[in-house]
Amino acid sequence: MADPRKFKIPIGPQHPALKEPESFSVALKGEKIKGLDIRLGYNHRGIEKACEGKTFIQDVYLLERICGICSHSHSTCFVQAVEEIAGLAVPRRALYIRTLVAELERVHSHYLWLGVAGHEIGFDTLLMYTWRDREAIMDVLALLTGNRVNYGINCLGGVRRDIDATQIKEVIKAIDELEERTKYYIEVATQEVTIIERLSGVGILSHEDALRLGAVGPTGRASGVNRDVRRDDAYAAYAELKFDVITDDHCDVYGRTLVRVKELLQSFSIIRQVLKNLPDGPIAVRAPRKIPAGEAFNRYEAPRGEDVHYVKANGTEFPERVKVRAPTLANIRSVKQMLKDRYLADMPIVIAAIDPCFSCTDRLISVKHDNKEKEVMEWQALRSYSIDWYSKRGVDFTELNKKLEEKFKHK
Amino acid sequence: MDTENILQQKLISKFNDLDDKIRIPRARRIFAEVTQEKFFEVFDFLVKELGFSHLCTITGLDEGEFLSFIYHLSAENGVVVNLKISVPKRKPIIKTVTPYFPGAESYEREVMDLLGAVVDSLPPGPRYPLPDSWPRGEFPLRKDWKPKTGA
Repeated sequence: MADPRKFKIPIGPQHPALKEPESFSVALKGEKIKGLDIRLGYNHRGIEKACEGKTFIQDVYLLERICGICSHSHSTCFVQAVEEIAGLAVPRRALYIRTLVAELERVHSHYLWLGVAGHEIGFDTLLMYTWRDREAIMDVLALLTGNRVNYGINCLGGVRRDIDATQIKEVIKAIDELEERTKYYIEVATQEVTIIERLSGVGILSHEDALRLGAVGPTGRASGVNRDVRRDDAYAAYAELKFDVITDDHCDVYGRTLVRVKELLQSFSIIRQVLKNLPDGPIAVRAPRKIPAGEAFNRYEAPRGEDVHYVKANGTEFPERVKVRAPTLANIRSVKQMLKDRYLADMPIVIAAIDPCFSCTDRLISVKHDNKEKEVMEWQALRSYSIDWYSKRGVDFTELNKKLEEKFKHK
Repeated sequence: MDTENILQQKLISKFNDLDDKIRIPRARRIFAEVTQEKFFEVFDFLVKELGFSHLCTITGLDEGEFLSFIYHLSAENGVVVNLKISVPKRKPIIKTVTPYFPGAESYEREVMDLLGAVVDSLPPGPRYPLPDSWPRGEFPLRKDWKPKTGA
């Protein structure tokens, strides 16, 4: 007979504690998790099959839409594989621009994670701070690529847009500010007792388990797994850049937090090096429509870890096979281990700590007035409208913002 | 390409029949094809003796009469061995590699659902990634499978 003190509760596929559809069947004894079955696939859209029916060029844009956060990761991983099959020599300037966008993407993704992690432990101030900072990066990405998400910077053989001196200045201005703030977040993460107490010893993944279960990215590195595709299997411009692979041996959510905030500083350093050493020359070579028969396997260090694409070409303009393995699939098995014998209340932050992927969208809204023509509001207008709307109702952050700016100036 | 060539030599001296089955298309990439009988010997050698400690993923391919599976194994130095086996489509049985890599479960369930592979000795568990109501015998990544249009 089943133990009456044990019972199973379903969490998901749709659940307020989850940011994306996935399903957990949790076996509980009291408040402790005794067993966990994970069911995934709710976001399966048949993209690999769809790729076979589209041309290589169309697939660059389709694959970029696998994810709304690490979109550049997927498109770069794919174009690198195709370029390898086609034997294209991508110009160095293009490789540097790809690297620049890649690191800006990592910065916005890690900021996003830090905010979500703050939210999951009831520290919403951190969410507000980091997501405000993330806006600066989104603006820079929009400036460089034309888009806040799904940048569309890659093409087969290089990149679609060049960058100029004015843009470089803007990027540096944003980075200067954000680097200071990131140092402050590192202070917060390493000194704020609430964070340390809440995250330490939660979601433990031993070094051995991380290796055994194939954990990748910050999830693995926070359990002392010293792996980073940027260094181990260098692509784009990484072989020419200096950076440290951040590891940590806390093996818990606290460690995963430290790895990500410290990685932000590495990304800022990489961005500075890219901008300083940006080579002159063309930004793309012409790619053939038909890709010669062949196969390639490519890896890419996405913000969440190793992303892999396998591409097989058959001599036509349509791929024979495109296979994608995103980092979350490699990390999800570790969650089971992290939650074993832990409290149910730890589940949201432990799941969030592997940084599973969810989507965000561009913001441009179409406003319909009752008796007027339709009006399109762009991002800047929308932002001023919002500030104005709140200040009319007595909510005004101008003074506070000034104080904050002063604080960071003196740091 | 020294590291890659040394690895190639090690593989060939241990498994003579791999002689003409190994390709090194570029630095840090090795493609090898093995027979179904030899697969586990080679896999075991790569994992235990040559330090390929991470399974990136498993790719399944529909190659007409055969289904092929590529096991992408990586080592700490960034070298990836793409180890390929082919099995007849009418009897597409492969053996689980979860005793080596428990995390391979997702990858094996994926080739079961999408290509109709039969994974021997894989313990029962929830399917991935297709819905529970997905019809039996429909494998979307097979070349003869076409999406049905309309409702």
